[in-house]
Amino acid sequence: MNHANGSAVAGSSSGSGDDLAPRRNSKRPKYSRFTQQELPACKPILTPKWVISVFTLIGVIFVPIGVAALLASNNVVEIVDQYDDKCVPPNMTNDKVAYIQNATFDKTCIRTLQVLKNMSQPIYVYYQLDNFYQNHRRYVKSRNDEQLRKASQANETSGCDPERTANGAPIVPCGLIAWSLFNDTYKFSLDNKNLTVNKKGISWKSDRDHKFGKDVYPKNFQNSSVIGGAKLDPKIPLSEQEDLIVWMRTAALPTFRKLYGKIEQDLKEGDSIIVTLENNYNTYSFSGKKKLVLSTSSWLGGKNDFLGIAYLAIGGLCFFLAVAFTVIYLVKPRKLGDPSYLSWNRNPAGN
Amino acid sequence: MARGRRRKLLWSKLYTFACGTSKFEADHSHIGGPGFSRVAFANEPDCFDAVNQNYGSNYVSTTKYTVATFFPKSLFEQFRRVANIYFLFTGCLSFTSLAPYSAISAILPLIVVIGATMVKEAIEDWRRYQQDIEVNNRKVKVHHGGGKFEYKEWKNLRVGDIVKVEKDKFFPADLVMLSSSFDDGICYVETMNLDGETNLKMKQALDVSSDLQSDSSFQNFRAIIKCEDPNASLYTFVGTMEYGDQQYPLSPQQLLLRDSKLRNTDYIYGVVVFTGHDTKVMQNAMNPPSKRSKIERKMDKLIYLLMGALVLISLIGSVIFGIATSEDIQDGKMKRWYLRPDDTKNTFDPKNADVAAILHFLTAMILYSYFIPISLYVSIEIVKVLQTIFINQDIQMYHEESDKPAHARTSNLNEELGQVDTVLSDKTGTLTCNSMEFIKCSIAGTPYGHGVTEVERAMARRKGSPLLEDEQPDENHEHPKPTIKGFNFDDERIMNGNWVNEPRSDIIRMFFRLLAICHTAIPEVDEDTGKISYEAESPDEAAFVIAAREIGFEFYQRTQTNISIRELDPVSGERVQKTYKLLNVLEFNSSRKRMSVIVQDEEGKLLLLSKGADSVMFERLAREGRNFEAKTKEQMHEYADAGLRTLVLAYRELDEEEYKKFNINFMDAKNSIDADREEKIEEAADSIERNLVLLGATAVEDKLQNGVPECIDKLAQAGIKIWVLTGDKMETAINIGFASSLLRQGMKQIIITLEEPEIIRLEKEGNKEAIAKASKDSVMSQINKGKGLLSSSNDGSFALIIDGKSLAYALKDDVKNLFLQLAVGCASVICCRSSPKQKALVTRLVKAGTGKVTLAIGDGANDVGMLQEADIGVGISGAEGMQAVMASDVAISQFRFLERLLLVHGHWCYRRISSMICYFFYKNLTFGVTIFLYEAYTSFSGQPAYNDWFMSFYNVFFTSLPVIAMGVFDQDVSPRLCLKFPMLYQEGVQNALFNWPRIIGWMFNGVCNGVMVFFFCTTALQHQAFRKGGEVVDFEILGATMYSCVVWVVNCQLALSISYFTIIQHIVIWGSIVVWYLFLLAYGAITPTISTSAFMVFIEGMAPSLSYWITTLFVVIATLIPYIVYSTLQMQFFPMYHNMIQWMRFDGHANDPEYCQVVRQRSVRPTTVGVSARIDAKVNQLARKVHHAVHSP
Repeated sequence: MNHANGSAVAGSSSGSGDDLAPRRNSKRPKYSRFTQQELPACKPILTPKWVISVFTLIGVIFVPIGVAALLASNNVVEIVDQYDDKCVPPNMTNDKVAYIQNATFDKTCIRTLQVLKNMSQPIYVYYQLDNFYQNHRRYVKSRNDEQLRKASQANETSGCDPERTANGAPIVPCGLIAWSLFNDTYKFSLDNKNLTVNKKGISWKSDRDHKFGKDVYPKNFQNSSVIGGAKLDPKIPLSEQEDLIVWMRTAALPTFRKLYGKIEQDLKEGDSIIVTLENNYNTYSFSGKKKLVLSTSSWLGGKNDFLGIAYLAIGGLCFFLAVAFTVIYLVKPRKLGDPSYLSWNRNPAGN
Repeated sequence: MARGRRRKLLWSKLYTFACGTSKFEADHSHIGGPGFSRVAFANEPDCFDAVNQNYGSNYVSTTKYTVATFFPKSLFEQFRRVANIYFLFTGCLSFTSLAPYSAISAILPLIVVIGATMVKEAIEDWRRYQQDIEVNNRKVKVHHGGGKFEYKEWKNLRVGDIVKVEKDKFFPADLVMLSSSFDDGICYVETMNLDGETNLKMKQALDVSSDLQSDSSFQNFRAIIKCEDPNASLYTFVGTMEYGDQQYPLSPQQLLLRDSKLRNTDYIYGVVVFTGHDTKVMQNAMNPPSKRSKIERKMDKLIYLLMGALVLISLIGSVIFGIATSEDIQDGKMKRWYLRPDDTKNTFDPKNADVAAILHFLTAMILYSYFIPISLYVSIEIVKVLQTIFINQDIQMYHEESDKPAHARTSNLNEELGQVDTVLSDKTGTLTCNSMEFIKCSIAGTPYGHGVTEVERAMARRKGSPLLEDEQPDENHEHPKPTIKGFNFDDERIMNGNWVNEPRSDIIRMFFRLLAICHTAIPEVDEDTGKISYEAESPDEAAFVIAAREIGFEFYQRTQTNISIRELDPVSGERVQKTYKLLNVLEFNSSRKRMSVIVQDEEGKLLLLSKGADSVMFERLAREGRNFEAKTKEQMHEYADAGLRTLVLAYRELDEEEYKKFNINFMDAKNSIDADREEKIEEAADSIERNLVLLGATAVEDKLQNGVPECIDKLAQAGIKIWVLTGDKMETAINIGFASSLLRQGMKQIIITLEEPEIIRLEKEGNKEAIAKASKDSVMSQINKGKGLLSSSNDGSFALIIDGKSLAYALKDDVKNLFLQLAVGCASVICCRSSPKQKALVTRLVKAGTGKVTLAIGDGANDVGMLQEADIGVGISGAEGMQAVMASDVAISQFRFLERLLLVHGHWCYRRISSMICYFFYKNLTFGVTIFLYEAYTSFSGQPAYNDWFMSFYNVFFTSLPVIAMGVFDQDVSPRLCLKFPMLYQEGVQNALFNWPRIIGWMFNGVCNGVMVFFFCTTALQHQAFRKGGEVVDFEILGATMYSCVVWVVNCQLALSISYFTIIQHIVIWGSIVVWYLFLLAYGAITPTISTSAFMVFIEGMAPSLSYWITTLFVVIATLIPYIVYSTLQMQFFPMYHNMIQWMRFDGHANDPEYCQVVRQRSVRPTTVGVSARIDAKVNQLARKVHHAVHSP
């Protein structure tokens, strides 16, 4: 009714404005709903009804999503094997760093994984590192995207400190990230048959197509005095070095998984998989863990109960709030405009 | 127009302001010396000497900047803000290797923000420039040689040019007038643009040049004008004109100032003496004192607080980072070998971990810059400008009659309008219209006039009869008669020529003759209708001349020496023309308090006609002239009681001898060049204004403006205290107080005055020290008595009335706090007889003493001090001129618009700005906290969680428009309800929306939201695959997801906290979220060289992933639930006043009067002044009576 009021006023005033039309240069502000701040508006307030129905609605939406998410997460079968300690020979456990840094030791390690539930293909193979700050500013910045993309920019190594050059020549790919490339390797066999691990397509397509050049080949890589991680086959262009591409897409948090490959074969409950791994990568210096993860995936991705539980919790909370507010609404209806609520009315004597 | 040239010489005798004396005054001896060096070669602007002088052109520039100075100057202005310096500092640092993100993305927001402010400055300046161009290209006729005048642009005028200015045109520069279309070389000038006075002023050319009345006469005109250097004094001018081997002195009387207008004169010729910025009006141009609002000052504190927080968390980060870095190499072994700690420069060097920590501190300062809302200042500025536009555009604050809309002249103070605690108001022209109406008179002791004044009506109400309360005071409509402005007199005994039948018709005739003759008004004859209107110096004067006209003494012509009136001849009954020779005018001034003219009538009788204040007039009456003194005094007392302004009229006949003697004295005094010239003139005038014969008294009503009582009532209900500061007499002031409901019966009046017998006795003795001491003691004791009264009673309301003399003592340093305590305890305060300085001092006292926001409102030049002193100065753009408006922050045309300005616009602006600032801090904290927490997960290495450009655009694109829209458009309560429930205004006065708990609450909300967003996102998108294809979340995905959540959360939070959704709100809020996604798409589509980590992140990574969407939904809802719960509970159990009103509107009870009354009654603090208070008091009284009646047996 407010608007009706406003427009009535407007009508009459604009009418009188017409009468005054011959009066030139009138400074009368022109009427418009906008300038008079009378635009039609909805003025929602948090009424109990509104709040209760909103909470109920949230509950109604959230609980099913929560259930679905939880189911999805539960359907995912995940095998996690932490092997960093296990793959150090017992006599070296006191000085794991010395063990891992000594290239002469044999790093091969055999692990057996039990399949506790049927796993349908594709089964994703991840390695999980812990306490590894791939998001450290020094680390993140230490790369040169131009160099990775274009063969002509091979000499472009700015930002790659301290892994820019080796023996006076630029390194391709330069920088700490590439230099510290993960170099543990896994071979899987089931019932003495090799399980092939498909390492194609484990990286983002956009990375392969746009960030890593098809004509860029590793050059002078891992040739400096200190060798970091894996070496690269200089004959394969970067766009096909998917391990590198995956590695160079840095992780957000210090605990992260990276895709190693895919096993495109179903595994059955009770299967035990023999993993022959090369434990090359040094996580011992910074006491990080290394895990091998085999996981299926659902529409929601990997195994993580958080979303499901959270949805259920919030949904439940909303139901609870809806009920609580209903009770409040029924038991203690608000007192309209009770002045005692106003802070400045608490001492009416004060001016 | 038979005006002989011989009589012209008399002119200077007639008006004291016409001091075109033939003598050189002392100042003229300086001509040519330092300070008086200007030389203008009239008609020879090109001659060698003239060119040598090298005076500036007439081009006027009012712009703040020029093209060259714009950048340095406006940049300097920008960097006077601490926040901007900080951002500049971080911007510079970002070019070093310390920068956590690319330099351009760090510096760009600053550039955008500063650029926006500069663009705003530039636009404002451009507007000024356009105005300048318009002014500079106006055309004026300039002598081109050979007696021909041609049009020329103003800017091309040079010193020495002869110009011809035509009627109703502005003068293009300061001119020395040579001649006018009148033979005697006079012209009329309107100086509205200079001093705001609307009355016409007369100027006169020197005699020698006044016959140069045609274009051709300037063919061979040569003169040299020497005068003072440019200065700002509008009322002085010293110069000489060399013309025909003779020197003639020039005075302000010959100077026509730029920006004043030629009126009632067909044309004038003049010589340009000052051009462009040398003109007096330009020399006067200066900026008003800049004021800042309380909220902004508090906001600065907030910024410092946040900077402190920023330093603190940077410090924490640096320490942890330093420790982590130092541990990277232990015993020669590298821990985090992949960082190559053995091969670093400073930034990450474990061996110099302390250096690394310090450098990291700088990095962190850059990184956490999001805690400081960079765009806050510019957003506030934009918002305020838009708010100002709304104020200016408000049709309900437009005054039809004067054609003036409201005009907010500074946008700085919008929100301060919502926090006003005390209004200090001028009376005349502010509460009253300053349009005087002749309503009553007392002639020969007989009162005439039936009109009922507003005050009388109010007093009738005061005296009882509650019925009158409901009656509409507008009785005028009942007997419609053509209303004449300034005349509301009705008495059949006098009107329509009936006065001739009255017993003392001779005195009546003299009375109205005096009114028709004794004034300085100028008649203006409307050529079409023959009607005569008057240009008078003051509205009182106009009212007198109009009254005389209406009674039948029509003043129709003024020449320099004569005043002609048409009057009814009582014998023949015909209208005859009478011409009086005007011999002298003894002007009015505030110390004389009277004005007289000496005229010679057609029979050669010399008459001195005088009108003045009762205090000075009665003592000047002759013994035989006091016939009606007692009755007149009594009636005048009644008039004053009715709130009318009174003047006493008296006359005397002079004999030739006496006049001659006086004239010689008077001319001597006027021509004297001593410092005591004024005194001499006064003395001379005083000597003749004696032995007068009393005629009677006039009563003029100073009408209350429309809607003033209602407005005061509303303001009082809103809890605003109203003080009236007036120069009027105490009785008048009290009466106006009653009329405007500031005072009412039953209110205890504490009157502080020095009109006590003892003081008066002392004053007669003249011992100044004794007076001062006694006065001070008296004031002190009165104040203490008042305070005692105040504290002893706890129910009654009090009014304090203090006069100017007492005020002088009450404002002394040692008394003023006592006085303030008393005044604050009273419901209304009226200071009468106060000088402009006292007004300003009282304002300062209230402002400083209470620490609350004060608003001063006034219309006249005497209010300027008060307006500038107050937190907000509101000027009434009425008839009295522009000075007050020029000094004000907001100009309105009627006092009653104050109601809407404060209760609606003030309230809204306050609410908008305070919510906006709170929200700004909230959204930046939310964002900043996510960055900080992410930092903790990168061992504080300074790695930002988001892509560089995401961060840069956060404040610019994704969150800025909604908050600006909130600042401009949000309305908690509609204007109608704002006015219906004035108590709502207290939210601003009590600062309920911008107090520390609320600010901290919002900040806390921001921190919580940030924490929740971060942990929900990182937990939901841990290390597991986040989509069907087994891909894991990497840095890019997590950043973009978290950023999406932040954008959603802060925008939804805003949607939750505003209460007014128009289409604009919908567009900007949801639009901002859409823009974020569009940006993600667009930015992700461009080459990875630019988009780096954002390349294809949305289209390839996030969009196809259900967990991204589910996570976003969850995070947004979960984060907002606490706020919803909080505000629901608050609405339910601790509603603020606006919540209650909102609720009432929502329930549809807003139109139910009973319901509203309940709410109002229950939530309004009892008001102490105003109409409502009056009604309440009455109701209480009645109730008590009934109570008594019932209980007494």
